[in-house]
Amino acid sequence: MNSHTYDYDYIDGNAAAGELSNIFAMDVTVAEGQCAHCGATKRFAEAHLYMQAPGVVARCAVCEHVLLRFVKAGQRAFLDLRGMTCLILDTSQLQEC
Amino acid sequence: MMWRVGTVVALQDETATARTITLKVPDWPGHIAGQHVDVRLTASDGYSAVRSYSIASAPNAEKRVELTVERLPNGEVSPYLTQELAVGDRLELRGPIGGWFVWRTQQTEPIQLIAGGSGIVPLMAMIRSRASTGSTAPFRLLYSVREPGAVFYRDDLLALSDCYNKVSLTYAYTRIPPKDWRRPPGRIDGALIADVTWPSNLAPTCYVCGPTPFVESAVGFLSASGNSSDKIRTERFGPTGDRK
Amino acid sequence: MGIISRGFSGRRSAADAKLPPGQYLTTDFPVLSAGPTPHIPLDQWEFVIDDGTNVLRRWDWKSFRDLPTETFTVDLHCVTRWSKLGTSWEGVSVDTMLADVKTDASYAMARSYGDYTTNLPLKDLRNGQAWIAFRFDNKDLAPEHGGPARLLVPHLYLWKSAKWVKGLTLMSHDKPGFWESLGYHIYGDPWREQRYSGDE
Repeated sequence: MNSHTYDYDYIDGNAAAGELSNIFAMDVTVAEGQCAHCGATKRFAEAHLYMQAPGVVARCAVCEHVLLRFVKAGQRAFLDLRGMTCLILDTSQLQEC
Repeated sequence: MMWRVGTVVALQDETATARTITLKVPDWPGHIAGQHVDVRLTASDGYSAVRSYSIASAPNAEKRVELTVERLPNGEVSPYLTQELAVGDRLELRGPIGGWFVWRTQQTEPIQLIAGGSGIVPLMAMIRSRASTGSTAPFRLLYSVREPGAVFYRDDLLALSDCYNKVSLTYAYTRIPPKDWRRPPGRIDGALIADVTWPSNLAPTCYVCGPTPFVESAVGFLSASGNSSDKIRTERFGPTGDRK
Repeated sequence: MGIISRGFSGRRSAADAKLPPGQYLTTDFPVLSAGPTPHIPLDQWEFVIDDGTNVLRRWDWKSFRDLPTETFTVDLHCVTRWSKLGTSWEGVSVDTMLADVKTDASYAMARSYGDYTTNLPLKDLRNGQAWIAFRFDNKDLAPEHGGPARLLVPHLYLWKSAKWVKGLTLMSHDKPGFWESLGYHIYGDPWREQRYSGDE
């Protein structure tokens, strides 16, 4: 049995919306995402966000597995969505340009 | 989402450590109460820092955006915004951002707002938005602060909680309450939530904002008193109350 | 570049220090993390060197702390551009940990409690270049800075100095770890400014 405890020093998915607005034309905070690890489907705004890092890491609020990672590396940006089986976006929520 | 430039037209101290900055943003597209902006500061050698701040002002026709910033002891950006920034300076901002933690004026259901410290900012935008459109949606606010000197928007809240179509306002003090305050100092708990928030059978939409531990705790109490998780929206500011 | 913010200079000191290109000097110690901070009880902590199949060496906290230690002062360079100079640590040299390990492997993946990983050439972990550090600034290493023990490899960017380290997996071929698989440089030499994959 594992008795490790963790400090959950996260903010939430709302805070990444500005960064991600350059990739997603639709508002990602309203989007629902399904965690590929535990299957929980929640609004991206409720994801646990770790931004004090060399990149943005969003983790499932239920199981803390990585949902999404985003790195701005000079002229390129890297986006890893393997932690989500799908992301469901609201097409009426186009971002202001 | 592009960066826009706003000009500081007014500065107003809210507390000893927090200040409201009023910006005029000529190409502001408008916003919804609860949304935030990213603010970017750039030094002359190109070094830049970005922080997120909730918009404190209601949607308005004057291209006006108000941000309330709390100075953090080891902050990099907040000391500049609360002490150095002057009327006439320009700020870069990106937004409005966020479609989840918002209150739209078309909503008519009871609204429960719970603020921890600087978490009051986006909730104040909602309260102001309600007032400016004459909405009669029933609003309750539970505002938790360390002590009376830490309250933002005291006069505005007084006016809006003591008028026709008022917002029901309850303060909770965690460290030093005012003299003769009935409730001893302490964090919010299940008893307080049960006492002052909308009964869950009225199916209120709840907005909880503040430092992460505060939000997690408040959500726990709201759930325990019967509010379902799809009626609870949260915005967490991180352990210290800073968004980033 | 954005408009210049009058009077803003950020949290940097204007000291005349020799820094790797693109770095700023800081006097505080920023905490960066890709996930929740683990708290590992010392009676459950262990450090394992394996080859992906077999455990080669294992220490618990007691046997780890019985190993000879060194105190040392090094400069830290984070890829997010802050540098902190003259930091003092105590730790066990990775040379000591690898002393009885027979291997043909050329690379290692450092693994942490939580899910963080980072890869390094084995030769960069040898010859006095790397430690498993457990004390910083004369105090036990705090959890937010990687305690009870972290890897410290100061000649590379600080993301290679895995916090909450729990072992090394020896590999014959290089494989990217957590950040290396998402745009960061596979090696990470701050003096050649190897921040991102594709940087020379």
